[in-house]
Amino acid sequence: MAISPAEIKARIQAALPDASVSVTDTTGGGDHFAATVVSAAFAGKGPVDRHRLVYAALGDAMRGPIHALALTTQTPEERTNS
Amino acid sequence: MTDQLKQRIEQTIGKDRVMLFMKGNPQMPQCGFSAAVVGVLKEIGAPFSSHNILADPELREGLKEYSSWPTYPQLYVDGKLVGGADIVRELHARGELAQLLKK
Repeated sequence: MAISPAEIKARIQAALPDASVSVTDTTGGGDHFAATVVSAAFAGKGPVDRHRLVYAALGDAMRGPIHALALTTQTPEERTNS
Repeated sequence: MTDQLKQRIEQTIGKDRVMLFMKGNPQMPQCGFSAAVVGVLKEIGAPFSSHNILADPELREGLKEYSSWPTYPQLYVDGKLVGGADIVRELHARGELAQLLKK
C-alpha cells in the first residue's frame, strides 16, 4: 500500500491551494517521506497547528501508507528570509 | 471516543510535567524518531516520564484523535502538545526547548 510523492503533494495542495510543496521519498520504499510546505496559511500559527493543517490534508494516508513524514513548514516570508 | 478513554488520556498526559508518548521506552526506543526525541531530552538533562504506546493500543489510537496528531512520538509539556520529532529537533536547534522545559 504505497503512496507516491506526487500524490502527497496533490493532497496537500488540494487543502492549501497556494502552497508550494516539495516531497521526497527518503528511503525509496514509498512509506517514509520528507516534505517542505510553503503557504501563507501558516502565518500566525505555531508549529503544532501548522503540522496539523498538513496532517489534516493527508487524512487517512497518515494512518496507512505514510509511516513517517518529516515536515518543514514555512510562510512565503519565512522562505525568503531563510 | 469514550469519556473513560478521554479521562485516561488526560491522566496519562498529566502524569509528569514533561511527558513523552513514544514507541518503546527511553532505554530501548523502537523507532528512530522516538530515539531522537529521547536523545534531545537527555542532552538537555530535563527530567521526563514516558509512555510506551506500542504496549497500549487503545491509548495509541485515542491520543491521535485527542490531539489531532497522527504520529508518534508526541511530547507534552504542562499538558500541552509541543510536537513530534521534527518540531522538538527544530526547537532544540534554536535553543528554545531547554527554555520551555526549564520554566
